[in-house]
Amino acid sequence: MSATGREDFREILRLVRPGARVLDVGCGEGALLELLEREKGVDGRGIEISAAGVSACLARGLTVMQGDADRDLAEFPAQAFDYAILSQTLQAVREPRTVLANLLRLAERAIVSFPNFGHWRVRMALLTRGRMPETAVLSEPWWSTPNIHLCTLRDFTALCDDLDLKIESASALSAGRPARQIDPAGALENWRAESALFLLSRRHGAPAAKAGGQADLFG
Amino acid sequence: MNLSLNPSAAVATGSGVVRFERPLRLDSGASLDSVEIAYETYGELNAAKTNAVLICHALTLDQHVASINPTTGKPGWWDRMVGPGLPLDPERYFIICSNVLGGCMGSTGPSSINPATGQPYGLTFPVITIPDMVRAQAMLVERLGIESLFSVIGGSMGGMQVLQWAADYPERMFSGVCIAAAPRHSAQNIAFHEVGRQAIMADPAWSGGDYARLGSRPQKGLAVARMAAHITYLSEPALQRKFGRELQRDGLSWSFDADFQVESYLRHQGTSFVDRFDANSYLYITRAMDYFDLAAAYGGVLAQAFRGLASTPFFVVSFTSDWLYPTPDSRTIVRALNAAGAKASFVEVESDKGHDAFLLDEPVLDAALHGFLGSAALSRGLA
Repeated sequence: MSATGREDFREILRLVRPGARVLDVGCGEGALLELLEREKGVDGRGIEISAAGVSACLARGLTVMQGDADRDLAEFPAQAFDYAILSQTLQAVREPRTVLANLLRLAERAIVSFPNFGHWRVRMALLTRGRMPETAVLSEPWWSTPNIHLCTLRDFTALCDDLDLKIESASALSAGRPARQIDPAGALENWRAESALFLLSRRHGAPAAKAGGQADLFG
Repeated sequence: MNLSLNPSAAVATGSGVVRFERPLRLDSGASLDSVEIAYETYGELNAAKTNAVLICHALTLDQHVASINPTTGKPGWWDRMVGPGLPLDPERYFIICSNVLGGCMGSTGPSSINPATGQPYGLTFPVITIPDMVRAQAMLVERLGIESLFSVIGGSMGGMQVLQWAADYPERMFSGVCIAAAPRHSAQNIAFHEVGRQAIMADPAWSGGDYARLGSRPQKGLAVARMAAHITYLSEPALQRKFGRELQRDGLSWSFDADFQVESYLRHQGTSFVDRFDANSYLYITRAMDYFDLAAAYGGVLAQAFRGLASTPFFVVSFTSDWLYPTPDSRTIVRALNAAGAKASFVEVESDKGHDAFLLDEPVLDAALHGFLGSAALSRGLA
């Protein structure tokens, strides 16, 4: 997969303001961060769960710390970033709600993408075969998948409401096709979008949530 | 300064001792006259003086980072990291490693002759700190004509020195690497050191620290100190894997001889250590580590210690089985670096080798350090 081969990368590249401070949570080998630094001149940081991924990032000159989204978002002070990116990872974390709230503690805006469990292929697989769906986006069987918290587009917008987050924009992603701007509340999109990408901010200025006891890094 | 070059080596290497005529002011309020610092260098300083790397050594190590140690005849303690084609390549960097203040391998320490009395200092040597050691290193670097180091790198106590550099001389370092270290000594760290010190001082040959003048050496006490400390450098699984309950000979001796291989190993660690290390240096350096608490001088706020770093690239490394300076210590450092705005990278290397893993074959460490230094070098404009 080339660096620009992922549709969500292209869409993220479009959304991020030049020169912004960006945190990529689950940055892998740093392809997206490198792209953002090169194309947008961002001041980037990454969090990656594997030591091999961190090594690869370091060799690319990226600033990355080993950690995971559930535990280690507290390593950064509040409002340290303009954007926190969580690309195709929300469904694999233990506490999606806390992670989402944390992203918007760290950053002014969050960019979050995930596979839509409401996509018609998923629904059909469940309906016709009565088995957990295995699709291009959800390629692993239920017993080995890292995706432990799958949700539909509608589930996600409900959570955003619950956390008092504002959806600034949303787009549908499908393999090999350019991102398509959508109205996430539209009933049809919950069938059509294979994957979705959201740009979120806090509806009211103050941080949506604080990780207990960890917000005050200077204290 | 006397500097001898070895023209036959594959890369230019040098060694020397610098002497500072102006007194070195110490944290204790005392000062030391005629301080000498022994050091080695590898590679050559480039014309722009931008490629210098300072390696800070751990408690019982020395300046012989990648050369044959003249005392033990063994290879340098980090020759797997420093050399052609290795992460610290002398073809690219000018690498400096100096013996710490308080040490016993050529730098001024308790076994040195006090110029005021003509006798070894012994316990009249002032208590020193990690910042004192770093101040002496900074004076050496300045004497070598280097205004800004490309990187300051160290493991264990060396890592503490890297953090102290970041606090005291942030403008003189382009990057930093802190491996298997902590921002301060824990109660457990201090406790183990105290066992070692008490072992030394309980040895009658220690003679109140005056053994050098009396011509004796507290070898038994120092050996026990080393044995206790050595356990803290390993891990339970590593000890089990290496020795288990294996016996030295067939059957038990029904005595207090070294029946178990692990006993024999520890005894060997102890006895070989006394041939290369000074007991009083051990007291002074362990004290310096126990006194280390970087945040203390900044109102207990570690991030304040790093406020001069701006966007300095920093790399912090821990090991999963290191229970001397466990991963949460490194995470504390990373969090403070992030809060201060430094470019902090961090990796926790999976290893069962305990604290000593930073000296051993750990390919993940090599690869990560190679990547970090290589890309930092590019942004510094080093070929």
